[in-house]
Amino acid sequence: MLKRALIALAAAAAVALPSAAAAPQKAIPHRIISLSPTATESLFAIGAGKQVIAVDDQSDYPKQAPRTKLSGYTPNVEAIAKYRPDLVVISGDVKGLTSSLTKLHIQVLLQPAATTLAGTYGQIRELGARTSHQQQAKALVSRMQRRIKAAVTSAPHESLTVFHELTPDLYSAKSDTFIGRVYALFGLKNIADAAPGTDYPQLSSEYVVAANPDVIVLADSRCCGQSRATVSARPGWSGIAAVKTGTIVRVDDSIASRWGPRVVDYVRAVASALKSLKTK
Amino acid sequence: MGEAAELSVAVPRTRAVPRPTRRRTWPWYLGGILFVAVAVVCGLLVGPADIGYSPLASELASHVPFLGVHSRLSDTDSAILWQIRAPRVVMGLLVGALLSIAGASYQGTFRNPLADPYLLGVAAGAGLGATIALVYGSGSAWGNDLLPVASFIGGAAAVALAYVVGRAAGGTARTAALVLAGVTVASFLTAIQTFVQQQHADTLQSVYSWILGRLDTAGWHDVLLLLPYAAISVFVLLLHRRVLDVLALGDDEAAALGVNVGRVRLLLVAAATLGTAAAVAVSGLIGFLGIIVPHFVRLVAGGSYRIVLPLSLLVGGGFLVFADIVARTVLSPAELPIGVVTAFFGAPFFAIVLRTSRGVTG
Repeated sequence: MLKRALIALAAAAAVALPSAAAAPQKAIPHRIISLSPTATESLFAIGAGKQVIAVDDQSDYPKQAPRTKLSGYTPNVEAIAKYRPDLVVISGDVKGLTSSLTKLHIQVLLQPAATTLAGTYGQIRELGARTSHQQQAKALVSRMQRRIKAAVTSAPHESLTVFHELTPDLYSAKSDTFIGRVYALFGLKNIADAAPGTDYPQLSSEYVVAANPDVIVLADSRCCGQSRATVSARPGWSGIAAVKTGTIVRVDDSIASRWGPRVVDYVRAVASALKSLKTK
Repeated sequence: MGEAAELSVAVPRTRAVPRPTRRRTWPWYLGGILFVAVAVVCGLLVGPADIGYSPLASELASHVPFLGVHSRLSDTDSAILWQIRAPRVVMGLLVGALLSIAGASYQGTFRNPLADPYLLGVAAGAGLGATIALVYGSGSAWGNDLLPVASFIGGAAAVALAYVVGRAAGGTARTAALVLAGVTVASFLTAIQTFVQQQHADTLQSVYSWILGRLDTAGWHDVLLLLPYAAISVFVLLLHRRVLDVLALGDDEAAALGVNVGRVRLLLVAAATLGTAAAVAVSGLIGFLGIIVPHFVRLVAGGSYRIVLPLSLLVGGGFLVFADIVARTVLSPAELPIGVVTAFFGAPFFAIVLRTSRGVTG
C-alpha cells in the first residue's frame, strides 16, 4: 500500500515538475541564468536585469549582477537546474550543455562570440526579443552605433599600424576577429595580419620590434600587470614608435575580450589615443 | 674535485668499466664544438625580422678586432640582434645543454634508459609553482618575475619530496622505489595544479603556453638568472662522469669499488635537478631533449659517461638552438611552441639513428 502510494507520488512529481518548469513557449522568462559575461552585460544594459537570477563566476560587470559560482567553462547541469531557471544564456555549448538542459525542459539561448559589430547588435536585439525588452534593445543598439560613429569620426585617419597585445607572451588578434575589426574602423593596419594560420597568433618579439607599430593596445593590463612602463622595459622595445610617443593604450581586459555594449568604451579609448598622437 | 681524484685512484683500470671507444675522443669534441658554432651563427642570422645577411655580417665583423669593418646595421636591427636574438640563442644553448646533461645523468644514476630530466617530478612541481604564480601573482607587474622563482621552488620541492618518500623503501629496491615515488609525487602535484587551474579558467591559456615551452623571454635578464645554477649543475655533473661509469656496474659492485653509492646518487640527483629546475623555470617544459640527445651521443660515440656527458652538453645546446630557429621561422612572424619542434623533429630523427646504428646502446 505504502509502496503503491510512493510510486503514485513519484509519478505525479515526474509529471508535475517538468510541466511547471516548461512554461509556454512565448512566456516571458523571469528566471534567467547567464553563463556568458557578455550576455550578462547586455541583459542589464537593456533593462532585463531584474529577470536575471544568477550569472556565472566570470560575469563581473555590472556590479549588481547576481554573481554565483556557476561556470560557463565547466558547466554543471545539476547546479544550473537547482536555480529552476526558465532560460539559460550561454556562449559555448560545452559538453552537450544545450541538450542536457533541454531534456530538463529549460530553454537555452546560445550566443557565441560575435566576430562583427553587426553580430553584437543582432545578439542584443535577440536578447531584447526574448526578454520582452525590444524597445530598450533597439535604443541601446542605435545609441552604440551613434557613439561609435562619433568616436571614429573624431579621430584622425592616417595610415598607422597597431599591435594588439592579448598576453605578455605576445598573443595577438588579427583583423578577422571582433577586436581586429575595431582597428579597421580607424583604418589602422594590424601587424598580426602577417602571421599565417590562426586568428590569434603568438608573435615573435623581434617581429613586433621590426614591424615598429605606431599604436600598442594592451588587453593584458589587469590580468598581467602590463603597462607603459613594463612594455618600455622589454629588451629591444624602447625604439618602437608607439613606445617613443607613449601611444600605449591600456584597455580593461574584460572589455577587450567581450563583444557587448562596452565595446563603445574600447572604441573611445583607441580614438583618444589616436587624437593624442596627432597633437604630439 | 676531491671525490673524482679519490676515485680515479680507487678505480684505476678496472676492465669491467666501459672504456671510451678506442679511437681518440678529441674528434668528437671538435665535432661537438663545431656543431655549436654553426648553430650559434645560424641562430643569429635567421629570424622573423628580415635584417639582411650583409648588414648582419658587417655587424658581426665589426666586433672582430683589427678588421676595421664598420657596422651598417640600423638602431632597430641592432636592438633586435643583440637584445632579442642573441640572448635567445644563448638561452637555447644553456637550456638545451642543461636538459641533455641532466637526462644523461639521470639515466646513469638510475641505470634506466628511459629516465629523463622530468623523471622525479620536476615538471609537475614546476608546473604547479608556475600555475600558482600565474593565478595569484599575475595581477601585479612583479607577477612576471615571480614565475621563474615559483616554478624553480616547485620543481626542487617536488624532487625533494620524491626523495624523502622513496628513501623509506630502502634496500636494493631503492632505485625503483625512488622512481615510483617520483611518479606518485608527480601525479599528486599535477592533480593540485589541475584543480587550481580549473578554479581560474582565465589563466588556462597562459599556463598552457608555459607548459609547451618558449625561449622568447626576458632577454639577458633571464640568461643571467639561469647562469649560476647552470654553472653549478654542469660543474658537479661533469666532475662525476667517471663515477657514473662505475655506477653502471650496479650498486654492490660500485660499493665494492669504494663508491659511497647513496651519497653520490643524492649529489647527482641534486645537481641534475638544480639544472633542470632552473631551465624549466625560464623556458617552460621542453620535452624529449633529455632522452634523445644522450642516446644519440651513445649511439654514435660510445656508452662511457666520460664522453656521453660532455658531448650531450654540446649536442643538446646546439640542437635546441636549431629547434628554436624552426620554432620562430616556420610560422613566421608567429611562434610555434618549441616543445612541439623538439618532439616533432627529434622523434623521427632519433628513429632513423636507432635503425641505422649498429653501435653501442647505453
